[in-house]
Amino acid sequence: MSGAEEKTFSMTDGFTGVLQTLGKTTLAFFAAVGRLAQFAGHSIYHCFAPPIFPRLLLRQLINIGFYSLPVVGLTTLFTGMVLALQSYSGFSRFSAEGAIATVVVLSITRELSPVLAGLMVAGRVGASIAAEIGTMRVTEQIDALTTLSTNPFKYLIAPRLIAGTLMLPALVLIGDIIGVFGGYVVSIYSLGFIPENYLHKTWEYLERMDVISGLWKAATFGFIVTLMGCYHGFNSDRGAQGVGAATTNAVVSSSILILISNYFLTQLFFTGK
Amino acid sequence: MGAVPKLELKGVYKSFGSNHVLRGIDIAIEKGKSLVVIGGSGTGKSVMIKSVLGIVHPDKGSIKVDGQETTKLKPRERDFFMKKFGMLFQGGALFDSLAVWENVAFGLIQGKAMDRKEAKNIAIEKLRSVGLSPRVADLFPAELSGGMQKRVGLARAVAASPEIIFFDEPTTGLDPIMADVINDLIVSASKELGATTLSITHDMASARKIADNIAMIYKGQIIWHGPAKDIDHSGNEYVDQFIRGRAEGPIKMET
Repeated sequence: MSGAEEKTFSMTDGFTGVLQTLGKTTLAFFAAVGRLAQFAGHSIYHCFAPPIFPRLLLRQLINIGFYSLPVVGLTTLFTGMVLALQSYSGFSRFSAEGAIATVVVLSITRELSPVLAGLMVAGRVGASIAAEIGTMRVTEQIDALTTLSTNPFKYLIAPRLIAGTLMLPALVLIGDIIGVFGGYVVSIYSLGFIPENYLHKTWEYLERMDVISGLWKAATFGFIVTLMGCYHGFNSDRGAQGVGAATTNAVVSSSILILISNYFLTQLFFTGK
Repeated sequence: MGAVPKLELKGVYKSFGSNHVLRGIDIAIEKGKSLVVIGGSGTGKSVMIKSVLGIVHPDKGSIKVDGQETTKLKPRERDFFMKKFGMLFQGGALFDSLAVWENVAFGLIQGKAMDRKEAKNIAIEKLRSVGLSPRVADLFPAELSGGMQKRVGLARAVAASPEIIFFDEPTTGLDPIMADVINDLIVSASKELGATTLSITHDMASARKIADNIAMIYKGQIIWHGPAKDIDHSGNEYVDQFIRGRAEGPIKMET
């Protein structure tokens, strides 16, 4: 075989290899999406079909909602404070300091509070759900549930999904108030604004939809975080490495999905498309 | 015609990708009898039990409980069947977020919707029957030794008075004395309930103690079965090698 023929042959081989890899990756991606969709459908069904376990739901409401409050509160407080400082330093260049209060309240309610709360809860709650359910998977506790006539979807997944979807909007509403308060404190005590004027500007351009869109986003993010935590934990591989990978995947996938869905929700709410 | 077996598996196959774990399992257990399936690691013992429990779905074959086919049951119908089963897991599989008594009473509270107070009393009674004092009831599983966890697992398996009990490697990881205690408890609990039992183990002392009949599984198939008393003169070289624990013989170490 001549050198030129060999070269053509190896190039064809290389091209086929790339196509094969691309094909395999595409198939694996769609298979994963299918598995996740099936898991989500099954989970949602069990959120509505009786029986609901009130004790478990209450425990998750407290765990996901109440215990995430310090993290979300601190995040939104400092974000509101930084936002006021940054807006001041930027807006003072073209004498638009009067818009700071509006910028703070709109940024916090529409974007920063839901997205940052979602990401913080993904780190705190999503990781812990994946680790807990993953450990239950590898120690056969999920199989044990089945043998004790208890559906794991109903007992483990549904309470977490319901709690996540309900509690994140509540956290974001509190985060909205704390974030706006952070901006107010910096503006009044550090930047020398007059309280009455600042509060008036805060309310002046705020519309109901600004807050409501943030709460809808929060509900979506809460669902995403708990779903990804449950999904990765439930399908965890064996051993400590498997649980570790499930935890990482839960946080990474929910964070990415939060950012992607945030774009589409924003487009839906504010452009109507 | 003989009585309908309590549990019957016929031609059960299960593969995970190219790994053919079960290759046509055939076993039958009469009501109230105890069958122990022996076999090395990775021969398909756990998958066989999980197939009966519906945790793993067999690719082919029939699994009948009281003569009724269970492989094609809908989830709700399966829930009904699950009430007939109890299982002791190899590692105990106790719920570590729940107190010991809640673990034991789990099947009563969740499965049978029993009042918590009444369920706790039964749980304490069951714990006593496996030699654990009532003060253990309020502890958490992580506070117990391996042997105690196994006994709690046994108490949980029998708490809802199941008709069929599965024991997955009941003595693995226990010292010989504790292993014998567990074996005695298994025998007494099963007799008391009149339950049919299916155990899997590679501990021959345990198998001899708890079995009415023994079957040996090798490469996903039952290669010998018979009364427990015949195990020492089975005439099967695979069984002989296994029960004598010899490295030489037809069973080769997997590479």
